[in-house]
Amino acid sequence: MTRYIVRRLLQAIPLLLVISLILFVLMQNATDPLATMGGRTPTRPEDRARLTRQLGLDKPVYIQYLYWLIGNDWTKVDLDGDGTAETQGKRQGVLRGDFGTSIVQTGRPVTTVIFERLPNTLILMLTAEFVIVLGALLVGIFSALRQYSLFDNILTGILFIGYSMPIFFVALSTMYIFSINFQRWGLPHLPTVGMFDPKIGKTTGQIILHMILPVFSIAFISFAAYSRYIRSTMLEVLGQDYIRTARSKGLPKREITFIHALKNASLPIVTIVGLDLPLLLGGAVVTERIFAWPGMGRLFIDGIDRGDTPVVMGILMLIAVSVVIFQIITDIVYAWLDPRIRFD
Amino acid sequence: MSQEQHVFLEVKDLRTRFHTPEGTIYAVNGVSFSLNEGETLAVVGESGCGKSVTMMSILRLIAMPPGKIVSGEVTYRDRKLLELSEDAMEHIRGKEIAMIFQDPMTSLNPVLTIGRQLTETLRTHTPMTPEQCRERAITLLDWVGIPDATKRLYDYPHQFSGGMRQRVMIAMALACTPSLLIADEPTTALDVTIQAQIIELAKRLKQDVGMAMIWITHDLGVVAGMADRVIVMYAGFIVEEADVDDLYDNPLHPYTIALLQALPRADRRREKSLKSIQGAPPNLLAEPVGCPFAPRCEFVQDRCVRENPLLQIVEGKHKAACWVDVKTGGLR
Repeated sequence: MTRYIVRRLLQAIPLLLVISLILFVLMQNATDPLATMGGRTPTRPEDRARLTRQLGLDKPVYIQYLYWLIGNDWTKVDLDGDGTAETQGKRQGVLRGDFGTSIVQTGRPVTTVIFERLPNTLILMLTAEFVIVLGALLVGIFSALRQYSLFDNILTGILFIGYSMPIFFVALSTMYIFSINFQRWGLPHLPTVGMFDPKIGKTTGQIILHMILPVFSIAFISFAAYSRYIRSTMLEVLGQDYIRTARSKGLPKREITFIHALKNASLPIVTIVGLDLPLLLGGAVVTERIFAWPGMGRLFIDGIDRGDTPVVMGILMLIAVSVVIFQIITDIVYAWLDPRIRFD
Repeated sequence: MSQEQHVFLEVKDLRTRFHTPEGTIYAVNGVSFSLNEGETLAVVGESGCGKSVTMMSILRLIAMPPGKIVSGEVTYRDRKLLELSEDAMEHIRGKEIAMIFQDPMTSLNPVLTIGRQLTETLRTHTPMTPEQCRERAITLLDWVGIPDATKRLYDYPHQFSGGMRQRVMIAMALACTPSLLIADEPTTALDVTIQAQIIELAKRLKQDVGMAMIWITHDLGVVAGMADRVIVMYAGFIVEEADVDDLYDNPLHPYTIALLQALPRADRRREKSLKSIQGAPPNLLAEPVGCPFAPRCEFVQDRCVRENPLLQIVEGKHKAACWVDVKTGGLR
C-alpha cells in the first residue's frame, strides 16, 4: 500500500508540471494585468512600458514560466523598469514554495491572499457538500426502496426542477423571498449578503445565519444529480443475487439495505464524492458572487478579470494538487471498502 | 422412507404474474403440490417454465413490482405464508425454510466476509452469543467440507472457488437447521466433478439430518439419484407428478417422455442419437387456451388445442395433465 501511494505521488509530478505549464500559458495569453491597473484613468504609454518591464511581462512566456517555477534569484531583473536588468531577483519559485506576490493586491504574497479566503470557502462548501451527500443518501436510498411509488415520482419531479434551474436564479429567488420579502412582511428574515453583520461582528451564530441561503442554493442544484445517482446505484445493487440471498436468510430489511446493499453501492458513490471534494476548494463562483461571500470563487474570478496570474495560478495549482491527493485517498477508501481491490 | 407421512407444506393453486412493459407474463398458472416431512421433491422442466418463480413465490422472494402473486395458498405447518406480514415472513426465511441459488459466484456478498455472512443468520434467528455463532459457523464449514474452516471465516467470497462458494451457500442455509431446504438449480453453474460433490453433500443432508428438500433442476439425471418424488413443470403448469421410479419407468405425459428421450444414458447404444424436443418453449405473454405443450407434442389431438387438461390422478399417486393415453395414442 505504501509503495502504491509513493508511486502515485511520483507519477503526479510530471502531470502537475504539464498542467501548470498549460494553465500558465493560457493565463498569460488570456489576460492583461495592466489593462485595469490605473483604475478609471487610462494608463500613460510610458507608464505602461515601465510596468510591463517591472512585472517582467516583456519576457517571453517560457521565461516567465521558468521564473514562476524555479524563481529568478539566479539572475538579474529590471525592478525599476528603466530597461536594464540590474537588480538581483528575489523570487524563489513555486518549487521552493514561493507562489509570488499578487499583482492586484500589490506586494501581498499569493499564499497569504489565498489562505485568508480558503477557510471561508471551506466552511461554506463543506457544509453544502455534507448537506448534499447526507440528504442525497437518504433520498436516494428511500426512492430506490420504493421505486415508482408516489413518493419516488413526486421527488423525481422536484429534483428535476432543481436540476434544470440555473444557480443564480435559485440564489436570487431565495434571497428575494427569505431576505427581502420576509423583512418587508415583518417576519424573521435571513441576511442578504456577506459573512456577518459588521455591527455584530464575526460570531459563529452570524456566520451560520449568513450561510443558510448560499448553502441551500448550492445544495438545491447538486442535490438532484447526487440523489439520482445514488438511487440508480442502489437499484442496481438491490437487484443483485446476493441481496436475494440476504433476503432468503430472513435478515431484517434495514440490515439488508444499510449493510448488504449500501456497502456495495458506496463504491461508485465514493468515486464521485472523491472527484467532487477537491473542486470544492475552488469555491462556488456564482453563489459566492451573489451572496458576496468572501471565498475562493470570488478571488478566482477577480483574479482572472484583472489578470492576476500569480493568484489564479496559486488557486489552480492548489486544486490540481488536491485532485491528485483526493484520487489517492479515494483509491485507499476503495481498497478498504472492497476486499477484491488490492494494490500490491 | 419416513414412517410418518406428514404433510407440512401444501401449495394450492399458486398463480404468479409479472407485469412488464411488454405485457403480462404468466409465469406460474395454478400450481398445487404438497411435501411430506423428510421428503425430497424434485422439480424439473426447461428454463423459464416457472420452477424458480414457484419456489420464490412460496418464500415471497419475488420482486414486487413487477411480480405479483395473484392467487393461491401456501400452508406451512398451519401458517398461511402468503398472508403473513413481512416481519413474520422474515422469521420463516432462513430459520424454517432456507434456500440456495443457482449461481454461487454472484449469490454471496462480495464485500462481506464469509464469517459474517454465515453468522448473521444465527444472530438474527437465535439467541446465540457471537462466540457460539462463530463456533457453529466453523462446525458448518467443516461439515460441508471446507478445510481449515477457522481461518477461512475471515476470507471473502472471491477467495473461494465456485464449488467452495456453493458449499458455503449450503452451510449458510443449514445454519439454523431449517426443516425445508429449497435448492434452485444448485449445480447448474458448476462443472461435473463439483456437481457430483454437491449432490453427494445433499444426499448426506437427507440421510444424516433428515431434512426435507425441494430440488429444482433441469437435469433428470440428477433427479434419479436423490429424489423421492418428481414434479414436471411446463409453461407454469405442473404437467406430471409421480414417485421417482414410477416417472422413469412409466412416464405419462408426452413432455416427460420427450425429456427422458433427450437424456444421455450409459446403457443405450451409442449410434442411437439423442432426441431433442422440436419447437421453442412457449410464449408466456398470454394465458394458453389449450394444452401449452400441444404445439410441440407428437401425440397432439384436436381436443388438446381447444382445452387445457387439468392435473389429475391417473393411477395410484401418479398424476398427469394430458388428454392422451400415450400407450395407445388415443384420448383417455
